[in-house]
Amino acid sequence: MSIETEDPSEIDPAEILGSAIERREDPALITGDAEYTDDIQIPRMTHMAVKRSQHAHARIEDVDTSEAEAMDGVVDVFTAEDIDVPGSLPVGWLLETLEQVDHPILAGEKVRYQGDGVAIVVAEDRYTAQDALDAIDVEYERLDAVTDPSDALNGGPEIHDDAADNVAFEWEIGNADETEEAFEEAAHTVDLEVENQLLIPNAMEPRAAVADYNPSDNQIDLAMTTQNPHVHRLLMAGVIDHPENKLSIRAPDVGGGFGSKIHHYADEALTAWAAKQVERPVKWVATRSETYQTDALGRGHETHGQVAMDEDGNITGLKVDTKANLGAYLSTFAPSIPTYLYGTLLSGQYEIPAIHCEVTGAFTNVPPVDAYRGAGRPEASYIVERLVKHAAEHMDMDPAEFRRQNFVPGDAFPYETPVAMVYDSGDYEKTLDRALEMLDYEEFRERQEAAREEGRYLGVGFSAYIEACGIAPSELVGQLGAQAGLWESSLVRFQPSGTVTAYLGTSGHGQGHDTTYSQILASELGLDIEDIDIVEGDTDEIPQGMGTYGSRSAAVGGSALVQSARKVVEKAKKIAAHQLEASEDDIEFEDGEFRVAGAPDRSMHIQDVAGAAYLAHDMPDDVEPGLEASSFYDPENFVFPFGMHAAIVEVDPDTGEIDFETYVAVDDVGNQINPKIVEGQIHGGVAQGVGQALYEGAEYDENGQLLTGSMQDYTVPKAMHVPEMETDSTVTESPHNPLGVKGVGEAGTIAAPQAIVNAVVDALEPFGVENIEMPLKEERVWRAIHENGGDA
Amino acid sequence: MAEHDITLTVNGNEQELTVESRTLLVHALRDELGYTGPNVGCESSMCGACTVHVDGKAVKSCTMLAVQADGTDVTTVEGLDQDGEFHPIQEAFQEEHGLQCGYCTPGMMMTAVDFLDDHDDPGREEIREALEGNLCRCTGYQNIVNAVETASNKMGGSGAAAGGDD
Amino acid sequence: MYPGEFDYHRAESVEHALELLADLDDAELLSGGHSLLPTMKTGLADPDAVVDIGHIDAMTGIDHSGDTTTIGANTTYAEIADDDTLWDSVTVLAEAAGEIGDVQVRNAGTIGGNIAHADPASDLPAAALAADATLVAHGPDGEREIDVDDYFIAMYMTDLAEDELLTRVEVPHQGPEVGSAYVKKPSPSSGYALIGVAATLYTDGGTVASARVAANGAMDHGVRLTAVEDALEGMSVDDVGDAGEHAGDSLDTSMFMDDIQASAEFRAQLLEAYTERALERAADRVGVAATV
Ligand SMILES: Cc1cc2nc3c(=O)[nH]c(=O)nc-3n(C[C@H](O)[C@H](O)[C@H](O)COP(=O)(O)OP(=O)(O)OC[C@H]3O[C@@H](n4cnc5c(N)ncnc54)[C@H](O)[C@@H]3O)c2cc1C
Ligand code: FES
Ligand code: FES
Repeated sequence: MSIETEDPSEIDPAEILGSAIERREDPALITGDAEYTDDIQIPRMTHMAVKRSQHAHARIEDVDTSEAEAMDGVVDVFTAEDIDVPGSLPVGWLLETLEQVDHPILAGEKVRYQGDGVAIVVAEDRYTAQDALDAIDVEYERLDAVTDPSDALNGGPEIHDDAADNVAFEWEIGNADETEEAFEEAAHTVDLEVENQLLIPNAMEPRAAVADYNPSDNQIDLAMTTQNPHVHRLLMAGVIDHPENKLSIRAPDVGGGFGSKIHHYADEALTAWAAKQVERPVKWVATRSETYQTDALGRGHETHGQVAMDEDGNITGLKVDTKANLGAYLSTFAPSIPTYLYGTLLSGQYEIPAIHCEVTGAFTNVPPVDAYRGAGRPEASYIVERLVKHAAEHMDMDPAEFRRQNFVPGDAFPYETPVAMVYDSGDYEKTLDRALEMLDYEEFRERQEAAREEGRYLGVGFSAYIEACGIAPSELVGQLGAQAGLWESSLVRFQPSGTVTAYLGTSGHGQGHDTTYSQILASELGLDIEDIDIVEGDTDEIPQGMGTYGSRSAAVGGSALVQSARKVVEKAKKIAAHQLEASEDDIEFEDGEFRVAGAPDRSMHIQDVAGAAYLAHDMPDDVEPGLEASSFYDPENFVFPFGMHAAIVEVDPDTGEIDFETYVAVDDVGNQINPKIVEGQIHGGVAQGVGQALYEGAEYDENGQLLTGSMQDYTVPKAMHVPEMETDSTVTESPHNPLGVKGVGEAGTIAAPQAIVNAVVDALEPFGVENIEMPLKEERVWRAIHENGGDA
Repeated sequence: MAEHDITLTVNGNEQELTVESRTLLVHALRDELGYTGPNVGCESSMCGACTVHVDGKAVKSCTMLAVQADGTDVTTVEGLDQDGEFHPIQEAFQEEHGLQCGYCTPGMMMTAVDFLDDHDDPGREEIREALEGNLCRCTGYQNIVNAVETASNKMGGSGAAAGGDD
Repeated sequence: MYPGEFDYHRAESVEHALELLADLDDAELLSGGHSLLPTMKTGLADPDAVVDIGHIDAMTGIDHSGDTTTIGANTTYAEIADDDTLWDSVTVLAEAAGEIGDVQVRNAGTIGGNIAHADPASDLPAAALAADATLVAHGPDGEREIDVDDYFIAMYMTDLAEDELLTRVEVPHQGPEVGSAYVKKPSPSSGYALIGVAATLYTDGGTVASARVAANGAMDHGVRLTAVEDALEGMSVDDVGDAGEHAGDSLDTSMFMDDIQASAEFRAQLLEAYTERALERAADRVGVAATV
């Protein structure tokens, strides 16, 4: 069911929106012409390396850099004592009970995770910089470490003086009393304890930065691996005490992010700061080991979930208690992830009258935990869908029908949940039915039965997921604690010859924005895609922006683009009317052409209008020369993509090996601007979900040492680990934005884990297995079978 | 600290350079010679982003000393297209949306070309196994497998017919 | 990330390599480099000198003359796995070489490097044991032959002396009534063997006359599974899978490898399952010229 791509030159602008055209960004990426941060070379460039703590928790007694400083090729060495700027990383989302703790860019007194930076070396080349790290001598007094949130909260060693019992915050949502009541009156209840393990994001390009400082005008040019250059500029200006308008941040080609390049880390700020100190360009590139030790982790929940039902299996209440691991410090958006991006999604696709959720955020000695693809929503979807599977089993009901019975009905939208969300639109039965059809569900159940007779164990798992993306509007998120607006900005500018450049504040890093945005603009302006250029990821060129994350680019960035395009058309219409000597009311705009109604031969193409606008020889009275417009688009609500993913697996009880038979994904992401790109996002998202379900997990020993410290030990799924996916989609437009789009970047990652875990649990039902913690390593599966006696 | 004068023929151009004993081939290519197509994604020889051909065989250029490669022919992704024409593998990756961020892509294509050189009409499982040494975090591999299949068809099922790699 | 500083020397011949080894302090041999360079990059190895033996032609290539195949130490896994004659004559070795790492690793890594390095999770120790290989070493006192059964001693430890070079591996050809196979449970992350089992069944009219069965990944070095071999003797080739249950019997299972990849207990379980698979596959091949 793979979607075929089309050659854009063969597509009419009127049809371009919704076409699976080939990507415009590909030629540079397939020829080696792309420019990633580490590809940048600047004359006199130096290389920075960071000396990191090998201990997860220790007091720093002494840092001796003398030997390193004396080495040939070493330009300078800096420690916390040299940092002459505020140098503390800010938190961008506050909660009422949040304990804000100092997060220095170089640790001076204490290190709180393995990988915390204690010194930096600037050297003539990268090899020497690394040699010099070995010559730095740090004396530590080791302290007890804790990596598990429950252990941290229950008498774990104190990590921050200001955070008693390692509590970062306590938060709740929903109605406790009503939920309590629902459980008291319930005919049936089930409960489940699940862990949502810590994940390492693993963008294939490690984080990197190149800073160039010009002392004569105090200008810092910083190229870095970022998903949001403007946000990084704003935050970094404060961290290194440099005027925001003298700090330019540019995202060259960026090799994936998945959230890990949103956050403001120490290293990029240190690169900029160091360039200012040594007055030479400075490059820093993380090694993979460094990304494993310092990239913000994802997930990290320990959750107890309970469901109340009436005698017919209608869900009447949901109670969730979560301990969230926040790591050693508060990363940029960390407080929002296990709270507003998690608790608010606990209604899933279901009509649940009463929900209550409590979350305690814990400091531990692992790297800071923040947004990773899905961010909060996978954790919510996981607990809900695992509980639903469990509840259906308890009721002895078919899991698909149990879901159908509890779905928010198609005519109930907009639907307000008990956890503060208003779902925009949806039709959940449609995706379920399509998935059942693709699975050949009834036939499967028969096969499953027959296989069990032969001692073979097949299982099917469902995941009816919902996500919220395009997080907004600014006023609302402000009330919830965001320290930023969540609008997006765009500027659409015609050149006099009729070509167009659009500038957007989002910052793509693999999503194909260049293509998608061109399609939107070609469609709005009736232009050939060849005449359109898209610029993203550069604070010098783009007026303002909030960046790319939370599946927001199409819904929020795309809408900002539409808004500017429409302003341009409005202005062009005035000029065209004037030029065509007609009343503005009589002008129609279609396929790039302004026509006088009823006089089809009197027309002017928008590209000619652009020429006229810049010539400005003959303009209407109240219209300025030039043809461009900018806008700030602030969405009125989130958008809520949804879908049904399902997996059929076979489990070998002797070895715990899991084989995929089928993986189906039916997604509804609203209108699709480029279905091929949408499909690619689903594929990639599912692969990361497969990773979480079966392979991935950051493991630490009792001293906080990372055991899965390299790709040799942490399984990033390989081609042979990922199943063939059958994808399909339904389209339920979002009424909230001019494109009717929802969002797709995170859907697959949110949906996949519970589909797979549910399938394995289903397969092992004859063994009495009710739960296995992710990742479902073969050994865990084998143990789960044998702990229950191993008899089917 | 020993230095060595070495000769590498990169994409058909003979290049002389001086390297330290420890300089890895990938850094000689990227930092000394400016071939930034091969990328570095790890230090454990696992990701394959740095894959190039040395004497026609796909190898991880981060796991070979530059001096070890002295006297060899090296092909990087920059050497795939010929006379302004994309190699079939490049066409296929674009047509099949076999890439997103593109970071893994140069290495992925170099491995695929070596594989297709000696495998006519491979099956999907076989392709997945062949790409074991190349990690991609973006695509979920499905469209990469499609691309390798498509490239195989374009190459007439016979890798030897394709230019750009010798 | 980057190797520490060292001096690189390229050896032109076996003699030259031995001279360099004798003259240089703290020197390591470099063949395919796919064990040495990763350990140098992470700082686990930091030699002062590296002697590159990878360009010594006399140590490269496969020769099938007579009833023995001789494989030069510098021969890559790809060359071994792509050798059709070897698939017929010593299936287990060709199959094991094809299971190693990935395409790129197989294009670079060498049989000599693998067997000299003796990583417990590597694939060739079991195959060499099951193939009844003879390892030929060159030292200051000339050449000597080492029986594979005397060769693997412990983790990264072999009978090879520090001043010796492994120059070639000799393996006897399987007869017509012999079948062999290598099966492997790879670690999903590293690709190395969590368990790998190699088996050669010597049969006579449908029963097993004798067998060589060996495993890597289980213990700290490649080992023969003698209890399995004993159980196989006299068994019908149709039932050989049953001998898998004896996989751990001759081993001290308390000494099994135990790490975050797999516990000792689970390795023991895998060892049984994979021994069964190896035996069945080897049996399938008895009398059949193996096809790739
Ligand atoms: C990503 C990756 C995946 C891998 N997966 C596997 C796998 O699945 N299975 C597996 O078995 N292996 C695997 N390996 C290891 C690989 O097989 C190595 O190539 C092998 O272990 C060593 O061979 P080499 O020729 O590369 O040796 P080198 O790295 O050059 O040398 C290794 C050691 O052996 C010594 N040595 C080398 N040659 C000789 C000689 N002729 N005489 C005496 N001493 C010598 C050297 O001094 C050195 O210490 C993998 C490696 C990588 C990088
Ligand atoms: S850089 Fe990862 S394998 Fe070479
Ligand atoms: S396309 Fe991004 S890693 Fe493969």
